[in-house]
Amino acid sequence: MPASLAQVAQWLRADVLCCAHAMDRSIAMCHGSDLMSDVLAFSHPNTLLLTGLTNPQVVRTAEVAGIYGVVFVRGKRPREVMVALAEEYGLPLMVSPYAMFDACGLLFSQGLRGWSLCGPGQRP
Amino acid sequence: MSAGLAPEGGQPEFLRAFDIQAGDFAGAGNVSIAVKNLLKELGFAPEVLRRAAIAAFEAEMNVVMYGGGGHMEVFIAPRAVRLVISDHGPGIPDLDLAMQEGWSTATPEMREMGFGAGMGLPNIKRNSDQFQITTAPGQGTRLQVDIFPR
Repeated sequence: MPASLAQVAQWLRADVLCCAHAMDRSIAMCHGSDLMSDVLAFSHPNTLLLTGLTNPQVVRTAEVAGIYGVVFVRGKRPREVMVALAEEYGLPLMVSPYAMFDACGLLFSQGLRGWSLCGPGQRP
Repeated sequence: MSAGLAPEGGQPEFLRAFDIQAGDFAGAGNVSIAVKNLLKELGFAPEVLRRAAIAAFEAEMNVVMYGGGGHMEVFIAPRAVRLVISDHGPGIPDLDLAMQEGWSTATPEMREMGFGAGMGLPNIKRNSDQFQITTAPGQGTRLQVDIFPR
């Protein structure tokens, strides 16, 4: 079930760090990972990325893979330079106090799914 | 460039070349994003753009991490993109092994950034419609990636 980034921010009690104007974007699925290699290999367009990694490669990976928004879990805040980069790309960044498992569980309970359950032709 | 793309793609023409710096972990990815923006301005389909950007990014990370620097050349045809990525690195001793998902020689620094999971070359191939790799010990590595609408 698709949801807007604004709904996601509400469910995850997340602060929005940049691109607040793009929070009406609708996401089709979620991907929780600290492995950018996996994000590049398995994510789909219109995806929300949840990660605990806060280096600039997260923002570049998201831009390359067509990710629609990024949630940093467990209250981890990226550095200002990374927020500036995301602003340049028009990529909304959020910070949630929930740990990865709980953040993913909360979104799942709201009906959102990952690529292995709803990606085209990907169901195990 | 003598080899043609697929029949629907047309003959590729050289567009631009970008340098990739060895070990520049902070800036790694900038070339691929510049390539993506260039192709976007030229009006390529989002699906072609996305696959080109992913293949370019994986290849750029490889040049930064292992390749000792190099460059990425962009060729375009009316409906297709060719990326040629060459590096000055040590070459790949066992290509069959390097093409296996999960095989990696990444350092802890690379893994901390979220890379080095052994997905790079297989993922470049998966996003390509034609993929060629030329490598030999001591002679660097050259990738040629062709992407056209699916």
